[in-house]
Amino acid sequence: MGVELNAKSFNDALKILSIKYKIFAPVRLKGKGAFSDTDLVTYGEISSYKDIELSEKSRYSPKEVIYPITQTLFYFTEDEYKEPEIDDKGIVVFLRPCDANSYLKLDNIFLKNGPYEDNYYKRLRDKVKFFVIECTKGFSTCFCVSTGSNKFLDYDVFFRFDDDKITCDIKNEEFSYAFSGKEVEFSPEFIEKNEIDVKLPDIGKISQKVEYVFNHELWDEYTKRCIACGRCTVSCPTCSCFSMQDIFYKDNPKCGERRRVWASCMVDGFTDVAGGHSYRQKYGERMRFKVMHKIYDYKKTLQHNNVHWLRKV
Amino acid sequence: MILDIDTKLLKKNAYRVTKQRGITALRIRVPGGDLNIKYFDIIKEVAEKYGNGTVHITTRQGFEIPGISMEKIDEINELISPIIRGLKDEGVQIEDEEGGYPAAGTRNVSACIGNRVCPFANYDTTALALKIEKLIYPNDYHVKIAVTGCPNDCIKAHMQDIGIIGQVEPIYDPSRCIGCQACVKNCKRRVTGALTFENFKVVRDPNRCIGCGECILKCPTSAWTRGEKYYRIVIMGRTGKKNPRLAQTFIEWADEESVLKIIKNMYDFIDKYIDKTLDKEHVGYIVDREGFKKFKEEVLKDVKLPKKAKVANHLDYTGYRYERNTIYD
Repeated sequence: MGVELNAKSFNDALKILSIKYKIFAPVRLKGKGAFSDTDLVTYGEISSYKDIELSEKSRYSPKEVIYPITQTLFYFTEDEYKEPEIDDKGIVVFLRPCDANSYLKLDNIFLKNGPYEDNYYKRLRDKVKFFVIECTKGFSTCFCVSTGSNKFLDYDVFFRFDDDKITCDIKNEEFSYAFSGKEVEFSPEFIEKNEIDVKLPDIGKISQKVEYVFNHELWDEYTKRCIACGRCTVSCPTCSCFSMQDIFYKDNPKCGERRRVWASCMVDGFTDVAGGHSYRQKYGERMRFKVMHKIYDYKKTLQHNNVHWLRKV
Repeated sequence: MILDIDTKLLKKNAYRVTKQRGITALRIRVPGGDLNIKYFDIIKEVAEKYGNGTVHITTRQGFEIPGISMEKIDEINELISPIIRGLKDEGVQIEDEEGGYPAAGTRNVSACIGNRVCPFANYDTTALALKIEKLIYPNDYHVKIAVTGCPNDCIKAHMQDIGIIGQVEPIYDPSRCIGCQACVKNCKRRVTGALTFENFKVVRDPNRCIGCGECILKCPTSAWTRGEKYYRIVIMGRTGKKNPRLAQTFIEWADEESVLKIIKNMYDFIDKYIDKTLDKEHVGYIVDREGFKKFKEEVLKDVKLPKKAKVANHLDYTGYRYERNTIYD
């Protein structure tokens, strides 16, 4: 069963929820596009229905909500350190099934990859409630069906937005109090076919021919065409690499903070090591590393750790 | 063959005196270099029926139709009236749509393609060119104005009496910066080196920043985003047989309103100080004679510049004089 809402009752619900939650959704930031007089569609906090931007694909992913680009881990003085407080409020994210699935992949990296859970990730991730946006058409560049990320059923609330007619399915009863409207028949729909099909290689076959893949001429094309800007990694909802930075405050270098900041295997400096060496100078090599790491190594490692690499739908 | 031609009126009507007696050429204004394709039919008709079947694309982005008999001017003026009406409909003050162009002294306002197409442009140059056209046309004073979207200056604003160069104030959100230094490296290599890297974040030197917006374009995370639009006004650049020189910066970080007001005021300055004994006098030479201080005072009358604006104290032209003795090998 679903609940039928309109813009007003939806806004009322947001208002009620905002007491306990910070609410994020794709938003349109006027004039913030890189080119002049263009907008930036990205995730941001919302307070009403009109803030949600559904007509255009978001440039950045909702991973920023739980995994900020710059995150201070602790402040230090000469003999003390302190972790920064985080907001008491919970987090509601309006996101499409693909993006919801991407959170689960980040979970694998931050929570199940190695002996320790990443507490900085976990304390934000634990707050998240999934308000999944029905997506049946996708955009021209989408390929969620190929990766099996087109469906997401573990939502808290599921929404169909049809202009002033909003229908939702409340799976998590704790949200029933916020949404009031007529009860209607409603079953969530998912996209079944994208404009693009991506053929994913068989991991088993790659294992047998790693050297062949490693030296494949495909990467040479990336060496020629890629500009190593890093946009693919910062936009990707499943890229998770970061580096650590110790900042010593200019006015008093005895105080400072340790931050972790997103890193990108595509940009210069990612492989810098002591002595001034660095690896993978060719951009094709960087792309190869990225693909092998994210798809091949990821599966291999997580299988080894008995983690299901892809959720069963 | 007609013998009685008032060449001054002819020139004012945007026709020119050519090598060939009785034969003229018509210049079609194209403000901002942006023309509705429907006018091509008219230009084609004039060229085919009255001209020699060719059209010259002028350096100021207009069309010049050569090979026209002066006897046909009235007919042609009627034929081109939809083009003139087009200007009028856009808000240019034109009284007689059937009489051809009412003035030719103030030249076509030219513009690079601007932000309707170009990723580098910081504003809509086509729209600004039209706003300027509305402000200053028709006018007999010999003035050249061009507007360009960014400091690449593709339109060569530095060769104009007034050149407008688009600027943007880049806004930096350090929390979004991943320290890839794409902006820092690019600014150093391509621009003025206004960015440095300190404590893993970027520091911008506002005195070196020219507001080109390259850092915004390079940033993968939108740590750099667009702030307010501004304009650099460069003045009194020129070619010519006397003293060619590049325009110098008069004001940077000006807003659109100030730009328009300053241009308007410049016409009052010309009106006040032009040498009326001459057939015509180019504004640059008036400024040379009267001095920059006087010019500055006159054009900044009632102009409310934004707080950020910086106005030049003096102009240091690096042009040269043809009359100087050059020692040749």
